[in-house]
Amino acid sequence: MLRKQLSVAANLGLTPSPPNPPPFDGAQDRLEGEGLERRAFLKATATISAGLVVAFAMPGAARRAFAQQGGAGPAPTSPNAFVRIAPDGTVTILLKHSEMGQGIWTSLPMVVADELDCDWNKVHVEHAPAAPAYAHTAFGMQMTGGSTSTWESFTQLRQAGATARALLVAAAAQKWNVQPVDCRTEKGFVFSGTHKAGYGELAEAAAKLPIPNEVKLKDAKDFTLIGKPTRRLDSKAKVSGAAEFGIDVKRPNLLIALVARPPVFGAKVKSFDAAKAKAVAGVVDVVQVPSGVAVLGKHFWAAKQGRDALVVDWDLGAGATLSTPGLIEDYRKLAQKAGTVAKKAGNVDAALESGKVIEAEYGVPFLAHAPMEPLNCTVEIGTDGCDIWTGTQFQTMDQGTAAAILGLKPDQVRVHTTFLGGGFGRRATPSSDFVAEAVQIAKASGKTVKVVWTREDDIHGGYYRPMWLSRMRAALGADGKPTAWAHTIVGQSILAGTPFEKMMVKDGIDATSVEGAADAPYLAAIPAHRVDLHSPTSPVTVLWWRSVGHSHTAFAVEGFLDELAHAAKADPLEYRRALLPADARERKALDLAADKFGWGKPLPKGHAAGLAVHASFESYVAQIAEVSVEGNAVKVHRIVCAIDCGLAVNPLTVEAQMQSGIVYGLSAALHSELTFKDGRVEQSNFHNYPVLRLAEMPKIEVHIVPSTDKMGGCGEPGTPPIAPAVANAVFAASGKRLRQLPLRLA
Amino acid sequence: MKLDVNGKQHEVDVPADMPLLWVLRDVIGLTGTKFGCGMAQCGACTVQVDGAPIRSCVTPASALAGKKITTIEGLSADVTHPVQLAWIEGDVVQCGYCQSGQVLAAAALLAQKPKPTDAEIDAAMSGNICRCGTYQRIRAAVHRASELMASGTKKEKSHAA
Repeated sequence: MLRKQLSVAANLGLTPSPPNPPPFDGAQDRLEGEGLERRAFLKATATISAGLVVAFAMPGAARRAFAQQGGAGPAPTSPNAFVRIAPDGTVTILLKHSEMGQGIWTSLPMVVADELDCDWNKVHVEHAPAAPAYAHTAFGMQMTGGSTSTWESFTQLRQAGATARALLVAAAAQKWNVQPVDCRTEKGFVFSGTHKAGYGELAEAAAKLPIPNEVKLKDAKDFTLIGKPTRRLDSKAKVSGAAEFGIDVKRPNLLIALVARPPVFGAKVKSFDAAKAKAVAGVVDVVQVPSGVAVLGKHFWAAKQGRDALVVDWDLGAGATLSTPGLIEDYRKLAQKAGTVAKKAGNVDAALESGKVIEAEYGVPFLAHAPMEPLNCTVEIGTDGCDIWTGTQFQTMDQGTAAAILGLKPDQVRVHTTFLGGGFGRRATPSSDFVAEAVQIAKASGKTVKVVWTREDDIHGGYYRPMWLSRMRAALGADGKPTAWAHTIVGQSILAGTPFEKMMVKDGIDATSVEGAADAPYLAAIPAHRVDLHSPTSPVTVLWWRSVGHSHTAFAVEGFLDELAHAAKADPLEYRRALLPADARERKALDLAADKFGWGKPLPKGHAAGLAVHASFESYVAQIAEVSVEGNAVKVHRIVCAIDCGLAVNPLTVEAQMQSGIVYGLSAALHSELTFKDGRVEQSNFHNYPVLRLAEMPKIEVHIVPSTDKMGGCGEPGTPPIAPAVANAVFAASGKRLRQLPLRLA
Repeated sequence: MKLDVNGKQHEVDVPADMPLLWVLRDVIGLTGTKFGCGMAQCGACTVQVDGAPIRSCVTPASALAGKKITTIEGLSADVTHPVQLAWIEGDVVQCGYCQSGQVLAAAALLAQKPKPTDAEIDAAMSGNICRCGTYQRIRAAVHRASELMASGTKKEKSHAA
């Protein structure tokens, strides 16, 4: 297929970009990211045969499907195709979301392919371009985040698959002069009586038929792929070096740029001397851009040496006084004051005057996302617009930002999404920081440029998970149950000053600051409760970090609840069960985890267990950690995890995402922390910003609650419960209650 | 200088201190080897030199004249090295960025210790960070690759140890 595209491109007089490592012949041979090839293909289909393209147009809220005709018709440059069926039977599914490890490259095509009844072995996946039709059905922009991809596109993708199938059946029925109801489909073929035809041979005729107004979706009992453990489609490319990440993009005359960015937040370039940088062999140019000074070289090493040699005089500004101890003191003072109320019932202050009153302070530090692939972005400005290759979670926002910088219309900016070497939220910046900077450098230099961040740039580069402090107070009644609960949260707003502020900051409450706290499932059982919020500002840029607000609220709520259970001399599991509503989905997850763990049964000598349950992104996750404490070291031996996410489209993915979320959360629970001194971040790379390594990996068991409830997400919900589960286990093992992450016994 | 990469000779004109990683990626064009930290902390840049895993981000290319360098692209001609097969079967990868290094580290381990214990896997693989948390499936896949090797799954045209 690829070779055919390339040869057609050559016939059209287009120059294909330099070939990447040899492609495979399997379903994964074609990786999105080479825009020239893509455009060549689209043009080529006008002259060969397009087969069938099923696309969705979405005027306002009303969605309607239409087919684009190949053959003699106009070139199917459909910017909103979801499914293409080629004459050779290959089914190409365009993924509007970004694959960053979470497995949607496989699980979303499964949804299309199930309804389409195609041959799974002939499925080929590409990232879709940036276009309005690929907008998130809930957020209205093309993006991947909030653990929403599967549920938000589930029906849309089923309809795309079912529509394509209906057209193929109609084409077959017409060909054989039978009724569509007398046809059946299986693995890429339509059958009727003794007739049999492959989807590929029917595709062209199908493309000429009118799109049905309505298509019948399968009954769940007839699913052949949905709900079945299915291996990833991107494995082969990812174990052979063939998968293309943003950092791997090749373009003619490409220069690599590294940027000298402010050493403290808010600092500005006063002046710079480029002479030494330009003297480095291989350095081509030095340009100033709003974010700093960029050094462009023939390769990374030249640009790096050049940047090291660059002399910049910075105006540091007020950010130079920032220190973590000072910040904590400020937050503590704020926590003593009443904040903006996010949730309230009863008279909390009066209720806190009686009974057994417990007070505690929980805290979490700033964190970098530190995806394995450092940030990068490739920009090529041409006469007809601009091409951007990057691993982004925010296609249309990046497109709009780039268009504004260049004075172009958004559709003149072509965003080519590559595989993402991890995202965790860092590749979803409302300011499009790493894309905007690359566009600025390309514009200022007039060169095709790939900006590459070093790990140090990444750790120092901001957009951190905010530092948070929670002041928790509760009063217990005679039965040990809480009669009052007060939770005061202090931390920077992620959404303030972003385009999301209008939608998600209401009455002074950034919804992401209090999620998991203001809607904690226990509050309904506590007569007097209040959750309030202080949102101090600082020059430090902050962002959503896998599980966003839940990454701090779960730790505070589930840790403090464990303290209440201990004060009430109650079993932590039973204490939670007594407070949770009878029909709470948290309860199902908790019970399944407890059962599989063997909660209450003896553990090996020196081991102890702790648990936590937390709902986030519409999924419900319980985790039980088995730990031991030796000296000041915490060893995590085993984690039992149960999730209720509604229908699990691909159980193998759900399991992987739970493992993934747990490991990500364990890094934060045990190791990672960013601190400021004189405005500078004290950590710089994995030697002093440690993350979990293989030797520390506990045994993780994942259990999925059989559920037909509303679908939730999987990418993030595995993260929030792990820190409190481990902290609670450490308490059970050592009697030491740790309330600050990372957990430190000394 | 001359470099033997995946059995092919490359004549490159680069500064003597330029790390192999950037010679592979930006000069020769083999981008399967990844940049993660630049200071031998994460293992994303792992390649094999005469069969031993090294961190190409801190190894000057000039030190490798006359040695056999194997990158992920050269581990097998058709993605049939037992480690690759075990990784696919075990559904190990997630974002995939660290996996070139993980696969080469595992292949080097198995070449030395065909039946590694969990402790030996921990020791050999803990220099390779995975932020997606694929460690549990990596452990299982190393054992599976060991079985595949023992059962004689062919390793065709491999330049690896």
